Amino acid sequence: MDVKAYIASGILELYVAGALSPEENLEVQHYALQYPEVKSEIEAIEKSILELTRTTSPKLSKDSFKTVRAQLDDVIQFKPEASERKTPWGNYMGWAASILLAVGLIGVYLQNNQLKTEIEITNQEKENLEQILSTTQEKVIDKEALLQQLRAKNITVVALGGQAVSPDSYAKAYWNREESKVIIDAQGLPEPPPGYAYQVWSLKLTPLTPTSIGLLEDFATDESKLFALSNPNESEAFGITLEPEGGSETPTLEQLYTLGAVGP
Amino acid sequence: MDLDNLIQRFQKKDTVAFEALYDMYAENICGVINVILKDPERSQELCQDVFVKIWSKSDQYDTSKGRFFTWILNIARNAAIDELRSKSHKNQKKNLPVDSLVGIYENSEDLNGKIDTIGLQSLLKGLKDKCILLIDLLYFKGFTQKEAAKELKTPIGTIKTRIRSCISEIRKNMA
Repeated sequence: MDVKAYIASGILELYVAGALSPEENLEVQHYALQYPEVKSEIEAIEKSILELTRTTSPKLSKDSFKTVRAQLDDVIQFKPEASERKTPWGNYMGWAASILLAVGLIGVYLQNNQLKTEIEITNQEKENLEQILSTTQEKVIDKEALLQQLRAKNITVVALGGQAVSPDSYAKAYWNREESKVIIDAQGLPEPPPGYAYQVWSLKLTPLTPTSIGLLEDFATDESKLFALSNPNESEAFGITLEPEGGSETPTLEQLYTLGAVGP
Repeated sequence: MDLDNLIQRFQKKDTVAFEALYDMYAENICGVINVILKDPERSQELCQDVFVKIWSKSDQYDTSKGRFFTWILNIARNAAIDELRSKSHKNQKKNLPVDSLVGIYENSEDLNGKIDTIGLQSLLKGLKDKCILLIDLLYFKGFTQKEAAKELKTPIGTIKTRIRSCISEIRKNMA
């Protein structure tokens, strides 16, 4: 190493000032041990700083060390106790804080889960209500359309009265000739027994000629008991009979529930 | 008495050795504090507190911290700067004055008669202000090389070479 260049670099002045990092300090000390010139240069620099700082001193009294000396015994006795006592307190506080934090976090977690469940339930309820609303709206639309049809100008209303097999039964036929459609209101008919279904007939009276215009399908489950059928015939009367499921070629007259003639 | 031996005994809480170290360095340490505080009475009190602190920290000194003087210099600077900060906080002044040594050198009336003004002026004779300022930052304020470079807006390499030449001038003045 070029000792002169090292000394001239100014690193030793920074070393005495304490302006170097611990690593740089160790490097300087290493060279100071190895090269006596470095060591004596450090001492010379330190001496100049000691000289300088001495000039700015407020000039201490001869016995100024006494004040310091009086406080030293307190320092020795006090220190180890203080450091021993300190550590566990720090630990306890740390543990206490950790436990509090953990408890707090668990609480927040549980509360969060509870809220999530509540949100799920509320969402489910909302979906259900939406479903109900949508079905209700569909029903309303259907009924409006139906009402519209029943109120149409060209509708012929035919009242069908109860016959021998079921005198209390009644029904109504709303016949739109132009559109060849008939709507049967079967609210006054009893539920058909299992395996049977009502069949609607269009009748010509002279001679008596029945023509099937359809079955009242799914009678039990249809809440409105309103059935739309196609009727292209020149009907003079409508009759409803109870037939085996699937319907018959000709009406079983013993099972004629209701009958009504189309008015003039 | 060998310095290394004194330090070893001081670290074993030998009060006699500590008194010898006090006698060697007390004026210097109090001088540094006085440059920062510019208050001779308060500086003496704080200086004694600093030596009590040095005693209580004796086991913390090792050679990676540099010279023994450098280590106690650092403790003293920190204590004085803390004191000044808490005081200037009360006075609502935010920044530390960076020109303490220059101020004392150029206009030492405040401290006249309480410090060795003649000795100071003869040591700093012929030194430029920027030299005195750099000495102040590095030795009295404890700036690192990097911090000093930033404060003076100078390249970091310049700090090293400049402090070399500044201290050399003081050494010439001593001769």
